[in-house]
Amino acid sequence: MDYRTPLAKVRGLGSAKAGTSHWWMQRITAVALIPLSFWLISFLDLSLNAPYQQTVEWLTSPLNTVCMVAWVLAVFYHAAMGLQVVIEDYVAAEGVKIVAVWTVNLSFLMLALAALIAVFRTLLIG
Amino acid sequence: MAINNNRPISPHLQVYKQPLTGILSITHRMTGVLLSAGLILFVYIIYSVAGGSNTYAAMQVYMNLWLVKLIYWGFIYALFFHLCHGVRHLIWDAGKGFDRDTLNRYALIELGGSLVLTLITLIFTYE
Repeated sequence: MDYRTPLAKVRGLGSAKAGTSHWWMQRITAVALIPLSFWLISFLDLSLNAPYQQTVEWLTSPLNTVCMVAWVLAVFYHAAMGLQVVIEDYVAAEGVKIVAVWTVNLSFLMLALAALIAVFRTLLIG
Repeated sequence: MAINNNRPISPHLQVYKQPLTGILSITHRMTGVLLSAGLILFVYIIYSVAGGSNTYAAMQVYMNLWLVKLIYWGFIYALFFHLCHGVRHLIWDAGKGFDRDTLNRYALIELGGSLVLTLITLIFTYE
């Protein structure tokens, strides 16, 4: 016997009240991050080893700028969503859980903004 | 009625010998948490680039300390492990690869794969 109302069924949101969007976005960002990891590693390698001008030139070439911005957007979203799941799994107290999830989400939003601003500042230099 | 919070709980995860797939599963989660923390290091590096050639040079000195380098390569391995196990999660999401032989074969493939990818990165980038 199904006690759910037709409206609840058609919304399809389930007990988490958020549907599948969190799960789905985690997968979309994961797939995006597979090729974009190549740009991260190229950037890290240059930053740690190359002369300053070479790193700036690399970061300010259009394709690399786009891919680094895309990586930043995808990775901070992916990390915040992943940490949210970990918190939800291990923190039982409802109040602490909500505060922890908010703290994580806002911190990663700030870090993402900081990273994007750094990319744009480098564009002004180069 | 008072609730007894001190009752024996089950399951005791720590007392069992985990199968390889179980170890990889928790490692995926741990590398995910560590890589998230590592993003702070990324923000530091990209800020050094934006900050001009002096801050950039200071960052390079710091990042080339042997201990920092060791941590850096640990992050690279963690990244590739998380990527390889993440691909397996995507295969699972497609409803494939759940029988025991496939699970164990994938486990070895992703362990080897992440090591090989780290070594390729080491060869092609290390100067």
